Amino acid sequence: MSNTKQYIVKRFVYLLATMFAVSVVIFGLANALPGNVARTILGSYATEDKVNALEAQLGLNDPLYVQYLDWLHGVLTLNLGNSIKYGQPITELVIPKLLNSLQLAGVTMVIVVTIGIALGVVSAVKHNGRVDSVISTFVYAGVSIPEFVTGLLLILLLGGPVFSVFPASGYVSPFESVVGWGTHMFLPALTLSIVLMTHVVRQTRSEMVEALNSEYADAARLKGLSRQKVIIKHALRNSLLPTITVIALNFGYLMGGLVVVEELFAYPGIGRLVVGAIRNRDLPLIQAAVLVIAFTYTFGNFLADILYTRLNPQIDYS
Amino acid sequence: MSSTKTSPEQHQSNPVLSVASVSVEYATKEGSVKALRHVSFDIQPGEVFGLAGESGSGKSTLARAILRALDDNGSQTSGSIQYKGEDLQNLSPNALRSLRGSDIAFVPQEPAKALNPSIEVGEQIAETIREHQNLSESEVQSQTIEMLRQVNISDPDYCAESYPHELSGGMKQRVAFAIGLSCNPDLLILDEPTTGLDVTTEGKVLQMIDDLIEEFETSILFVTHNLGVLAEKADRVGILYAGEIMEIGATKDVFTNPSNPYTQGLLAAVPDIDRDVEIEAIPGEVPDLSAAPTGCVFADRCEFATEECHEGSIDLETVTPGHETRCRRLETVQSDPIQAELRDARTNYSGSKILEVTNLKKYYGQSSFVDRLFGSESPVKAVDGVSFDIHESETLGIVGESGCGKSTLARTLLQLLEPTAGEIRFRGESIDMIGSRTLPQLAASQSKMADFRKEVQVVFQDPESSLNPSNTVYETLERPLELFTDLTQEERENRIEEIIQQVDLGITYLDRHPHELSGGEKQRVAIARAFAGNPSLVILDEPVSALDVSVQASIINLLRELREEYGTSYLLISHNLGVINEICERVAVMYLGEFVEMGTTEEIFQPPYHPYTRALLTNIPTTEMDTADRRVYLEGDVPSARDPPVGCSFHSRCPQKIGDICECERPELEQAADSDTHTVACHLDEKEMMVPLAEDIEESDR
Ligand SMILES: Nc1ncnc2c1ncn2[C@@H]1O[C@H](COP(=O)(O)OP(=O)(O)OP(=O)(O)O)[C@@H](O)[C@H]1O
Ligand code: SF4
Ligand code: SF4
Ligand SMILES: [Mg+2]
Repeated sequence: MSNTKQYIVKRFVYLLATMFAVSVVIFGLANALPGNVARTILGSYATEDKVNALEAQLGLNDPLYVQYLDWLHGVLTLNLGNSIKYGQPITELVIPKLLNSLQLAGVTMVIVVTIGIALGVVSAVKHNGRVDSVISTFVYAGVSIPEFVTGLLLILLLGGPVFSVFPASGYVSPFESVVGWGTHMFLPALTLSIVLMTHVVRQTRSEMVEALNSEYADAARLKGLSRQKVIIKHALRNSLLPTITVIALNFGYLMGGLVVVEELFAYPGIGRLVVGAIRNRDLPLIQAAVLVIAFTYTFGNFLADILYTRLNPQIDYS
Repeated sequence: MSSTKTSPEQHQSNPVLSVASVSVEYATKEGSVKALRHVSFDIQPGEVFGLAGESGSGKSTLARAILRALDDNGSQTSGSIQYKGEDLQNLSPNALRSLRGSDIAFVPQEPAKALNPSIEVGEQIAETIREHQNLSESEVQSQTIEMLRQVNISDPDYCAESYPHELSGGMKQRVAFAIGLSCNPDLLILDEPTTGLDVTTEGKVLQMIDDLIEEFETSILFVTHNLGVLAEKADRVGILYAGEIMEIGATKDVFTNPSNPYTQGLLAAVPDIDRDVEIEAIPGEVPDLSAAPTGCVFADRCEFATEECHEGSIDLETVTPGHETRCRRLETVQSDPIQAELRDARTNYSGSKILEVTNLKKYYGQSSFVDRLFGSESPVKAVDGVSFDIHESETLGIVGESGCGKSTLARTLLQLLEPTAGEIRFRGESIDMIGSRTLPQLAASQSKMADFRKEVQVVFQDPESSLNPSNTVYETLERPLELFTDLTQEERENRIEEIIQQVDLGITYLDRHPHELSGGEKQRVAIARAFAGNPSLVILDEPVSALDVSVQASIINLLRELREEYGTSYLLISHNLGVINEICERVAVMYLGEFVEMGTTEEIFQPPYHPYTRALLTNIPTTEMDTADRRVYLEGDVPSARDPPVGCSFHSRCPQKIGDICECERPELEQAADSDTHTVACHLDEKEMMVPLAEDIEESDR
């Protein structure tokens, strides 16, 4: 299987290239934004001299590529300077927020994958029956309602006014209280899951319908295998590959959804951090946080790709 | 080693399978389709029962009815199917499940589709064993390996861990057999087990079936449209037509004394390399089965039919004990049977050369930069230096196993692929664009190219994919006329009406879309399209391999007629030597991108042979009953064209290899002693290419 290894190496080289390109773009965009960092830091009443001195100190007068290399060096050594607004080292700000967001994303993915695939399988097996049409209706509704609406509806229903079951905002570390962690996680994760899940249900359903009608499923039945074995071992296995692609594509969508949902549920994650940084014109923090989001996204896709090659014996490695 | 043909009287006692007056209907929007009507037959223990008939005659429906696995809209409406005396319709779902795969096993038609692409093949065998036998996991595994060994897989441990796509077509079929046999079933149902394999692979699979019959003493229901295969393998045969058994009896009786016009018609439609006959198609088509036919189902297509044939119901008549036929006019049919006529001698064309190909090469996958970065791969030499001519009005056949480069050759000739090297001259002029250095040269070669595209047309194997589904037949036929001729609208219309009738379709077909046509009709439209602009050369890439015997015969006859009418030359690519023998004047035998033998059809089909040609020829199943065991088996599959063997490219499989010289020195095509038109690339001398091979030369096949 040296082919697989070669492929992974190749894919990894592409990953690094993509990350590099992304960092250039982010750096470029941030520098194209109007506004002067030194002036933002010092406030509008600072004298021209002070601003110039700070600019020199920050290296803002160097040619752009030198500034970029400095910044890149900072990225690689995890030393990104201080946030303008908070004065704290950026790394210290970003990393805990990133971890919080990853927890939310992780829980969401688990819900999406398990429930989404299960619903897809059920509606394929009950193809065109009543259960199938109920699930289809749910799927249709899920796609058409935007997240902030489902989020608000869930808050209204479960987060207070009607049934006060789950807290509607904030975050509790699992080291403090596992139950607290779970309950705080529940509403935002559910909100994020609904839209994503509909894609997974649809994809799984159509793949499963095809797989159950395939000749290999037929052959499996004629071997005398039980219905469950035909569905799970023979049909589901082949349906998962395209579903994984859909999930990987959804990863990008998830990153976008995080920003909305974190705002809505006052969840202290990276999305909320970016929104705050933009509001405060905290340029170094914006750069760093956006870069982290972009890296997470490309890395997620890389992982999905590797997983896909592991699962699919037939992939063409060229 | 062929199966012992048992006489029907030998065991009359307890049949393994008893099908009694079974009817099956399918519910469709247009009403119910009566796919089987009152079909009856028995299969005795250890017997091989063959079921033959055109496509649409109900063979697979019957197989699936026995397995109780009809499609959802199908149901058995009369009769009973008994397995060892027990009616299968009364079985509970659980009882049925434990029967399937263990007592009654099924080997599907296309193992490529029937094997699960994402499960290792060993596991696909093991799960059947696990389901039906109470064995420990290590016993299951060792029995899996044992099964793979039984079906002659040379490296069973390796094979068990492979995925289906890593195996060749023949190996996948063997795995399908291993699954079927894994629980030692008493009845094995084979649905077209060798259709789609090329001759050499088919030969090996048939040989394996023989061995398995001896080893397992299984009864077999062998469904196929290949009469040659049945003649060799079945003890008894039933001929099915439009859902009814037309003739049934011991194989020998049915094939030597066919007593039903339908059986006679089928036999006359099979191209056979042992008989120089002009094959004949059965006129017409399988009738619409939504209305229950009165009288004989075959009456509309039968040349013996009279008034009385259209009335009442026709019963099976006894010809000799155990041999029955469903025909009212048995005596006439027997005294004046339908037989293929002897063919006129072949013409030798020596007119002007229309196409000259010199040292043509096509390599795939010249490596890209990234590939070289990660270790380079050598190119696939799909076509590696072939030279030939085609004369005016001549048909040149190219034959070889799958993967030997035939299609690549066709595509390169058509300029659909850019040749890697070599020259193609059409009517004496080179049509090479690459050589053009200056602008005027380029313009000149472009106009030559346009000319070439008009004069050289193509018909592909799969009419399904070569016709645009959204165009009507009229639009399909108009396209080449617009592109290649300056006919006016009205002239085009006339030409289209003329050509559609020449391919035996009425002008009513012009408004239809491809999905409203049968496979044979689609191929006729594809042929009409090729001939519309009056080309001088038509390249036919496996034009009949996707078609039924009778349809195949009608297409071959159509090609023959068109050739006479227009004086067209053909390049016919096929892996079916019977078809090649039917219409080719000259033949080239291709192996791994090279020609290993070339000559007139007679020279190719008679000794002296190249060892590869000999293997191809001896592997063709034939309906002649007296052929002894004379197969030459080839080991393994065609090697990879990326890394062909050095020396003689055939040496890795050659049963007549004479030693070092074959492994080191590459034999060139040289003139054979018998004629100046016959060339062979082999180190053997004339005598060695002539001698009949002793049986012990048969290599153990993998
Ligand atoms: N696009 C391609 N890229 C790489 N290799 C190819 C490509 N097409 C064909 N080949 C290889 O070239 C060789 C010849 O292929 P080709 O399809 O011409 O054979 P063939 O004799 O016509 O087979 P068949 O009878 O199955 O159609 C094979 O080894 C095949 O795997
Ligand atoms: S019964 Fe009549 S129509 Fe039918 S096969 Fe016999 S002769 Fe032909
Ligand atoms: S040259 Fe040798 S290996 Fe090649 S075909 Fe002739 S005998 Fe066989
Ligand atoms: Mg081909």
